[in-house]
Amino acid sequence: MSVKTVVRCGLLVAALAASFQVHAQVPYDRILRAASEPQHWLTYGGGYDSQRYSGLTQITPANVSTLESKWVVQNQVFGAWQSNPLVVDGVMYLTERPNDVMAVDAKTGAMYWLYRYTPSENAKVCCGANNRGLAMLGDTLFMGTLDARLIAIDAKNGRPIWNIEVADVKRAYSITMAPLVIKDKVVVGVGGGEFGIRGFVAAYDAKTGKEAWRFYTIPGPGEPGHSTWKDNDWEHGGAPVWVTGSYDPVLNLTDWGVGNPGPDWNPDQRPGDNLYSDSVVALDADTGKLKWHFQFTPNDAYDYDAVQVPVLVDMNWRGAPAKLMLWANRNGYFYVLDRVTGKFLSGTPFVKVNWSSGLDERGRPMQTPQPTGSPTYPGNQGGTNWYPPAFSPRTGLFYFSAWDRYGTIYRKEESDYTPGGLFLGGGFTVAAPVPGAPTIGIGRKGPINNWTDEVGHGSVMAMDPQTGAMKWRLDQFDVSDGGMLTTASDLLFTGGREGHFHAIDARTGTLLWRANLGGQIVMAPITFLVDGKQYVSVIAGSTLVTFGLRE
Amino acid sequence: MQLLTRIVCALVLTALPGRALAQGAEDHQYTSQDITAGLRIYSSQCALCHGPNGDGVNGVDLRRSKFRRSVSDDDLAQVIAAGVPAAGMPGFALRPAEVTGLLAFIRAGFDPNGTAVNVGNVARGQGLFEGKGACATCHRVNGHGPRLAPDLSDIGSIRMPSALQRSLLDPTAAMLPINRPVRLVTKEGRTIRGRRLNEDTYTVQIIDDSERLASFVKADLREFEIGKTSPMPSVAKTLTPDQVADMVAYLLSLKGPQ
Repeated sequence: MSVKTVVRCGLLVAALAASFQVHAQVPYDRILRAASEPQHWLTYGGGYDSQRYSGLTQITPANVSTLESKWVVQNQVFGAWQSNPLVVDGVMYLTERPNDVMAVDAKTGAMYWLYRYTPSENAKVCCGANNRGLAMLGDTLFMGTLDARLIAIDAKNGRPIWNIEVADVKRAYSITMAPLVIKDKVVVGVGGGEFGIRGFVAAYDAKTGKEAWRFYTIPGPGEPGHSTWKDNDWEHGGAPVWVTGSYDPVLNLTDWGVGNPGPDWNPDQRPGDNLYSDSVVALDADTGKLKWHFQFTPNDAYDYDAVQVPVLVDMNWRGAPAKLMLWANRNGYFYVLDRVTGKFLSGTPFVKVNWSSGLDERGRPMQTPQPTGSPTYPGNQGGTNWYPPAFSPRTGLFYFSAWDRYGTIYRKEESDYTPGGLFLGGGFTVAAPVPGAPTIGIGRKGPINNWTDEVGHGSVMAMDPQTGAMKWRLDQFDVSDGGMLTTASDLLFTGGREGHFHAIDARTGTLLWRANLGGQIVMAPITFLVDGKQYVSVIAGSTLVTFGLRE
Repeated sequence: MQLLTRIVCALVLTALPGRALAQGAEDHQYTSQDITAGLRIYSSQCALCHGPNGDGVNGVDLRRSKFRRSVSDDDLAQVIAAGVPAAGMPGFALRPAEVTGLLAFIRAGFDPNGTAVNVGNVARGQGLFEGKGACATCHRVNGHGPRLAPDLSDIGSIRMPSALQRSLLDPTAAMLPINRPVRLVTKEGRTIRGRRLNEDTYTVQIIDDSERLASFVKADLREFEIGKTSPMPSVAKTLTPDQVADMVAYLLSLKGPQ
């Protein structure tokens, strides 16, 4: 073998090696500019601003009636399917209960791999073994688990890379949200607001799983806000974080909604404002340090978690360009906040509200507790809840699912905290026209709606943030946990517990098309392109259906 | 929890001597004290997911003793202790007395006032149902009678005694919303009356006065009305209180095909 050949062989080997050095699929820059590649769905909220606004325009009000089912994936397990898929380069990444992950061909529904993680038997969740999805960075997926662990998974073969403890499962910490990747970190919060946890948001190094920072949503001794708790109430005061936050790369702030204080229904047992329960917190994305906070419901008696997705919008406010945060809260008020400072700009009720007579100039509610045995509006599940809203920069409207004329009768009692045990402080019943009549619960109970709209009903609401007035609304007979998706062709896609999947004119509220999918829709639809064709995916019951235009 | 446990234990203990005396409650194994104790546990530990009526979880209806896999009280106690991890139900570390109360509450159909309702004689109640009460002119029982009003074959296991008594005396106040009478006019101008079976945003399903199952798209209807008044007459003026108690006894005895 001549020197020349050796050199040539060497070059060949080097070239082969280079061809195997696949570049990382989803570097941070791609997530940062998610809006510029609407053919993919790269984060839980479709981008860091969580607007769930897609630039895709192939499906239009004119042709939406020709949508047809292209493929389905059947869930392998029982229970509400709240997952929000990601779609990257033609592959859909999807979770199912309790902590399964699937990689699916986004064009045909055929499966590449399935990863099953079995959470510890000690896992406890108040409201179902839910998982709402994944985050991705490079070639790695990240999933929080019901036993409060964070797992990094190889996106190519579904193998776990690292698996770390975020919090102690024996104290009933859990993770149900999709994590959020920021730069080189994975940010995640913990559930357990019904079990007396001390909530937090934490960031982990995406490569190693090493904790980078942790922000407790209940300040400890010596920290600002600690005096809003009495004695040792702060140690088990709840304030979970169970829905994904947002990120403003210019401000370098990441915003997270915080859940209810514990025990849920007995505010007398935890006097004070109970910061930062029922608040939004804006954290420095590099350090986790608190920049500002705004509390929606101080000393909450109604389980009004502020676990809505913060929607970040740049638009004029009172004539000047502004960086805003739009927020339809579980407590029945729609808020506009200045997301640079957290300043309250406006707040208006969007459903029947009687727990408060209004908001003062700083956005603090004037509370009007109802007499014992009388219904409080909105009821325990709220005027809205965790269902992701959407905002269209084209229409200037904010879209969300609301529950109207739904009230509950609360009962409070003393609860003793025991680690890992339920810590509720009472209970509630849904206000019904007849004693013992069927009522609404967490999730649809079955195909016969024997509770009827007499215990409340759902509405798709289109809010004009400038005025706090409803531009239009589409009432439904049953309540809805459906999230929203809007597009640059002025379509709004959403569904509800009845199983109807709707395409609505985002400007006028006119229903353009619907499909009866026969199972409750408890997630937000997503849209993407494969081979240049636009698809919309939605989960109803135990089935994920992907729609495309008829050809 | 300690205070609550103490109250529950006290209630269960005081309830024990009463159990033998509860002769009137022939349809209940438990006294109302048992049930009340269970109600407290239920509303603080279970109601969040299972709902105030016990039917909050798909496929499970605790009030009607409809479970996914449990059959016996021991099965139930085991599920309560171990949970159902796959369905997201945690295990509960309850004391034996608390479990007993909970089982009492579930087995009694969630009715803490169950024993407060006067329950008479089943055979006399059946006579009234088919005779003077004229119930059988609209209601169906075990395959006999019309289907205009709800079939009552298993009413004793799905409604509480207090609700049955209220239904007899004040039918409109006790009518479940789903059963409300419907009057609609089709595009063609045909008027149809019936009883609502199901409804969603776009459609309504009824059984009409000729016992036909019919489904309508609301947008196609000229008129669509849900009545708030029950078509059933009250028996308050036609039957004596003792006769009402006999009727309640008969209705409670209807448990569906065994």
